[in-house]
Amino acid sequence: MASGIRDRVAILGMGCSKFGERWNDDAEDLMVEAYEECLADAGIGTEQIQAAWLATAIEDFHVGKSGVPLSVALRLPFIPVTRVENFCASGSEALRGAVYAVASGACDIALALGVEKLKDTGYGGLPQRSRGVLNSMWWANYSAPGSFAQLAAAYSAKHGVDPGDLKRAIAQVSVKSHDNGSRNPKAHLRNKVTLDQVMQAPMVASPLGLYDCCGVSDGSACAIVTTPEIARSLGKTDLVTVKALQLAVSNGTESGHSSWDGSHFMTARIAAKRAYAEAGIKDPRKEISLAEVHDCFSVTELVTMEDLFLSPEGGAIKDVLDGFYNADGGLPCQIDGGLKCFGHPIGASGLRMIYEMYLQLLGRAGPRQTKDPRFGLTHNLGGAPHQNVCSVAIIGRYGE
Amino acid sequence: MIGITAYGAYIPRLRLARKSIVEANSWSAPELRSQGKGERAMCNWDEDTLTMAVEAARDCLGDRDRAGISAIHLASTTVPFADRQNAGIVAAALAMPEDISTMDVTSSQRAGTTGLIAALGLAAHGNGDVLFVASDSRQTRAGGIQELQYGDGAVALAVGRENVIARLLGSHSVTVDFVDHYRASDREFDYTWEERWIRDEGYARIVPQAVKGVLARTGLAAADFRYFILPCVLPKVAASLAKKIGFAEDAVVDPLHASCGETGTAHAILMFAHVLERAKPGERILVLGFGQGCDALAFEVTEAIAGLAPRAGVSGALARRKEETNYSKFLAFNGLVEKEKGKRAELDNQTALSTLYRNREMLLGLIGGLCTACGTRQFPKSLVCVNPNCRARRTQVDCRFADTPCSIMTFSADYLTYTADPPLHYGMVQFDGGGRFLANFTDVDVGAVKVGQPMRMMFRVKDFDDNRGFRRYFWKAAPAPAQGG
Repeated sequence: MASGIRDRVAILGMGCSKFGERWNDDAEDLMVEAYEECLADAGIGTEQIQAAWLATAIEDFHVGKSGVPLSVALRLPFIPVTRVENFCASGSEALRGAVYAVASGACDIALALGVEKLKDTGYGGLPQRSRGVLNSMWWANYSAPGSFAQLAAAYSAKHGVDPGDLKRAIAQVSVKSHDNGSRNPKAHLRNKVTLDQVMQAPMVASPLGLYDCCGVSDGSACAIVTTPEIARSLGKTDLVTVKALQLAVSNGTESGHSSWDGSHFMTARIAAKRAYAEAGIKDPRKEISLAEVHDCFSVTELVTMEDLFLSPEGGAIKDVLDGFYNADGGLPCQIDGGLKCFGHPIGASGLRMIYEMYLQLLGRAGPRQTKDPRFGLTHNLGGAPHQNVCSVAIIGRYGE
Repeated sequence: MIGITAYGAYIPRLRLARKSIVEANSWSAPELRSQGKGERAMCNWDEDTLTMAVEAARDCLGDRDRAGISAIHLASTTVPFADRQNAGIVAAALAMPEDISTMDVTSSQRAGTTGLIAALGLAAHGNGDVLFVASDSRQTRAGGIQELQYGDGAVALAVGRENVIARLLGSHSVTVDFVDHYRASDREFDYTWEERWIRDEGYARIVPQAVKGVLARTGLAAADFRYFILPCVLPKVAASLAKKIGFAEDAVVDPLHASCGETGTAHAILMFAHVLERAKPGERILVLGFGQGCDALAFEVTEAIAGLAPRAGVSGALARRKEETNYSKFLAFNGLVEKEKGKRAELDNQTALSTLYRNREMLLGLIGGLCTACGTRQFPKSLVCVNPNCRARRTQVDCRFADTPCSIMTFSADYLTYTADPPLHYGMVQFDGGGRFLANFTDVDVGAVKVGQPMRMMFRVKDFDDNRGFRRYFWKAAPAPAQGG
């Protein structure tokens, strides 16, 4: 087996823009805002960056195709810039590109930046887009909430959970994330909500109501990575390194073969196992300190806790209701508010998750700071339960 | 012997209560008030002449071997395409072999009976049965009398020489350019003339001439017929003509006004199929179709009718019913009111015709793959087997899913995605014996959808492309008929 990425690449700096409805900002503003923070944190100059990856998923709105928009916005010095897109997991793809480039020795310092400018569509929610010439002819017409909502029907059927009880449990997921988001100045949504508010909200796609759905936001996040040795040579002492970087992509089994029951993500289970092996983690529920998972919808977060083997199979409801994933629980999840409240600018989200884990590991998370985190896990999903890409990344302190 | 070998019918599940039509229009058309009884069949937003035709044809054919069908003729005045053979779309949806002849018969309410006469003639001389389908979904102005009279529906007859259940005794046609109504080719709605003139100079003069002709040809008398079928939206016309010509009073067949409405070119044949459900061997049936003349067809039911496999038929189609009392929904589904659709409906639904052609068996015939290496059924058909334990390459043969029972594995009711009838229901549909895909549901009610619910695939409109006057079809899952129903 490959030796993996563990401790081979360090994060030199990170930045993240304010997420939200940035009515008066273009993609350029968002990119530069995240980059300026990142560059200052890294303590280097633009001329030291040797390669860059730009993640943006819905380029139709504003950002545009290719690596050019990033190169122009930051005036990068004619270096290789590659645009990546892998649904909502695009941000993690940019990071993968930069980390692997450094690990390979092809370059010393690389940049990964994710950005999405969504709030120029004229309506709430994700932009309506063609799914391709042939797919449009036979794929069900569906929305993101409607595709993820189906997890609830299948989960209830599989575990014999009353749909009303499940609705209450996923509502609790959102209550927790709003509580966390209220403490994050960069979060899109900073209001606390009650269980009743969540339960009574207008239905979007049954059983998901408005508060079961994450915010659709403008925003950008970025990372500059290098080797631990170069990081040290640049004066860094407290090194955060990549422990695992895994991606699993559906091959049509879920959508076409009877072996999938619709209640979980096959990809997440596969990516999680690989990531734990790569990071050397044996008991994730005990060893993972913090998790930022892809809570595009409340029910996604609930089933994901089982897919990541953090909750036992069928045990996520109990953990959620017990507060295990709350800020003061055994394994704080979405400590920054998550997609739910920090917001979800598609291409930026994977890097935003890493950003929060990075801050937490360095003790820079302010009022959200958790005590002595060791391993931070990010789970970044794109697509729909029946066909998706799933990234699981783990970062931690160098050598630990 | 030449005649009918099987029948099938389809009437949309939605039945608009006429009361809701007359009440909504009472401010401007108080004269309609007395017409507010019963209900009329109305297409769901994703139904049209072709989707109904396909369902009627499926009911008619059942699991019968398609190879015995040599031609498909489609009669209608409301075909969606003026220049793209509509019968060819029906053939594709039925997964017919390419070696088949198809034809659209149109331009008159008489197309149903004229088309049937032509189909009988072809079957008499041809190489196999002819599948004759008649289907109509006529558009009407809001608040017009036609809105109350018309209904949407389709019927299919298999016509041939073997296993004949109703033998053709003879037919006669009369052609007169009597314009009781017309619809110009660039217009949506009928233009009609005075009812009394239609009754007295149209039906009363032309129908007896056609009847006389068929009686002369067959050597039969009116009294020899057990059933007299004449669709006519004008009250009492059929009964008074039947009486005048000498048919028994109880021979006059119910035009289904109370439960369905007049289904245009399909209607005479629909009434005929309804009669075949109960007709006994030896009974004779006169089928009349009126429209710029009149066709008369005389049939005699044979002993073979007892051996016909069970089918939904007209009664089954009528029983699959949901009352609709929301007139505004009817207006919206028929484009009679410009609804706010939201920006999500602005998505461009252009169809790449070359892609449609390349994938026509999958898209229109719902043909997927069966892996010959491991036996796994899968949709769509692919080059590499979907079974994780197989993954054999280039091993799949055609496997049609349209008639395979299926059930709901997961679902949601979505209020976000644009549909003419929110919420949009969809979910993973699992086919008995293997195969699944995420499908849109149709003909479902909010709150009544359940995991594990038995479903049946139906051919429906998937999207309309209003910019280009195109519509694309695909298959959706609808609740399966109750067992024994």
